[in-house]
Amino acid sequence: MDEVVRISAVTRIYDTGEQRVEALRGVSLSVARGEFIAIMGASGSGKSTCMNILGCLDVATGGEYLLDGVDVSQMNKAELATLRNRKLGFVFQVFNLLPRTTARDNVELPLVYAKFHAKDRKRLALEALARVGLSDRANHYPNQLSGGQQQRVAIARALVNSPTIILADEPTGNLDSRTSEEVMALFQELNDQGITIIMVTHEPDIAAHARRRVLFRDGLIVGDEATSGRDAITDRGCSASERAGGQSPQDF
Amino acid sequence: MEQLWQSVKIAVRALRINKMRSFLTMLGIIIGIASVIAMVAIGAGAESIISQQISSMGSNLILVIPGSAKTGGVQMGPGAVPTLVSDDGRAIKSECPSVEAAAPNIRVGSQIVYANQNWATQITGVTPDFLVVRDWKLASGRPLTQSDVDGATKNCIIGKTIVKELFGSVDPLDKVIRVRKVPFRVIGVLKKKGQSPQGTDQDDVVLIPLSTAQRKVFGSPFPNAVGAIIVKARHKGVINRAEAEITALLRQRHHISAKKDDDFTVKNLSELLAVATTSSRTMSLLLGSVASISLIVGGIGIMNIMLVSVTERTREIGIRMAVGAREKDILLQFLTEAVFLTLLGGIVGIGVGVAGATVVSKVFTWPTLVSANAIVVAVVFSGAVGIFFGFYPARKAASLNPIDALRYE
Repeated sequence: MDEVVRISAVTRIYDTGEQRVEALRGVSLSVARGEFIAIMGASGSGKSTCMNILGCLDVATGGEYLLDGVDVSQMNKAELATLRNRKLGFVFQVFNLLPRTTARDNVELPLVYAKFHAKDRKRLALEALARVGLSDRANHYPNQLSGGQQQRVAIARALVNSPTIILADEPTGNLDSRTSEEVMALFQELNDQGITIIMVTHEPDIAAHARRRVLFRDGLIVGDEATSGRDAITDRGCSASERAGGQSPQDF
Repeated sequence: MEQLWQSVKIAVRALRINKMRSFLTMLGIIIGIASVIAMVAIGAGAESIISQQISSMGSNLILVIPGSAKTGGVQMGPGAVPTLVSDDGRAIKSECPSVEAAAPNIRVGSQIVYANQNWATQITGVTPDFLVVRDWKLASGRPLTQSDVDGATKNCIIGKTIVKELFGSVDPLDKVIRVRKVPFRVIGVLKKKGQSPQGTDQDDVVLIPLSTAQRKVFGSPFPNAVGAIIVKARHKGVINRAEAEITALLRQRHHISAKKDDDFTVKNLSELLAVATTSSRTMSLLLGSVASISLIVGGIGIMNIMLVSVTERTREIGIRMAVGAREKDILLQFLTEAVFLTLLGGIVGIGVGVAGATVVSKVFTWPTLVSANAIVVAVVFSGAVGIFFGFYPARKAASLNPIDALRYE
């Protein structure tokens, strides 16, 4: 198995002096290239903390993290920034596009920090926008785009540097169900093209689009199972919810 | 280079979003730089006047005046007692090797008359050396010669102010003016000198032979006395030696025993003038430093706005970090914004400052001098203000934690 992510016994402890919170209490996870994983769990279960560590936005208190075979636990801030730039793409719940900046310029942003030349940046940004079906919106500003379009711009930005993994944190949290469906269809299409996707969500019907579900509770992974994600599309809705609700946690 | 260009583009975009705020922030720097430029120009103008006046006095001058005598235990001021005589001047010139020329003279204020015009001025009795030590040329006519002095002739040379006040458009050469009822023939007109460092009009002068002044015009109880001897040293390096030679010679000539004080005073004029120059330079420095304070205030304004901007754009910083901006990229970005603001402000400020200096020189007829140096320093300084006051906010932005920045509301 071609492994892109391996975390072993990762802990994350927030120690403010007065209060000590163990957000992750020894999490191990392995992700193969081309997987589409949904990370689920109630708020406070540690799923977002895990996502931040996977995204190299945060550093684990203990444990080991291998990204694409490289140990990132000992890297400094600048090295982590470079890693985010080269190997990771982010999609956020609130889109996080730069305001008053065109779609194309937003998509170019990772390439600016990768020191691409302006000409290459433009070409790659337009290609990425084409992949998300927004070629005709390249010069629009975020406030001229609908929520779904903004999220697609954000996906194009995540794609533009050909990352090893796309990390999506509640990507449909701010979208209506029809637009959510469009965005998820796009994720599946990208996954079919071989891109590894790790997505945090608390909506079972959104998680149903993934091929594997990982369940967090109280800072630990309590469930990890393959789903027949694609088939769920046909009869999604109550059956997906039922399946998620009926899932029994497994302890490792 | 590419990276810097990117930072500049980002900076310009960010500053354009808040045009009014950017302008007001820049205003602090504009006012600061403009006042530095204007003040330094005004100071430099004053310095140029003084150095012009100094060169108009003549160079390497030593002034010998009578007095500093003690009568009955009372110390009199210099010039109180007429102890210097014409022969002292002659002796200084012939016996002091470091002296090039010595011009004994005596000056008295008097009314002068030409036709139906009259004018109050200074009548100065001089020897031919006077024009040498004062480095003064004639505009027309001929100078007073030794034979004028020896024969005590009634010839005179007049300054430009006299020409203007007494003669108007009439050619003064060979005309006769009356000084205390004594008629003098104008044989020469002096070139314009302008103001002295003390602010008197140097062209308001009538020069007559020293002997004529002593015997025929002033009627002093001490017929050979002179008011002062102006001495010109051979060159700058021997001024101090000349002073010593003069003092020794005069003590000997005046029979002053070793224990007694001099009955004359020797003053090094170059030193006095150096003091004047220094004080005018101090003034420029003072003006400049007062103006610099406004520049610092402007810099603090920049820092304040940059801090607000960093807080406002915390999320933007988070996004940039998430997609791969390193700390130094963020640092450079905010530093570029601050430097861009101050440099632009500096350039506008130079324009405003030059305009201000021009207005001052027009309205107050005060010469101003905007030097290329001041402009270069202003540009460099405004850039430095940007770096100095922009660094703290920029570092604050760069040291943000990406997650905290992304979650910032």
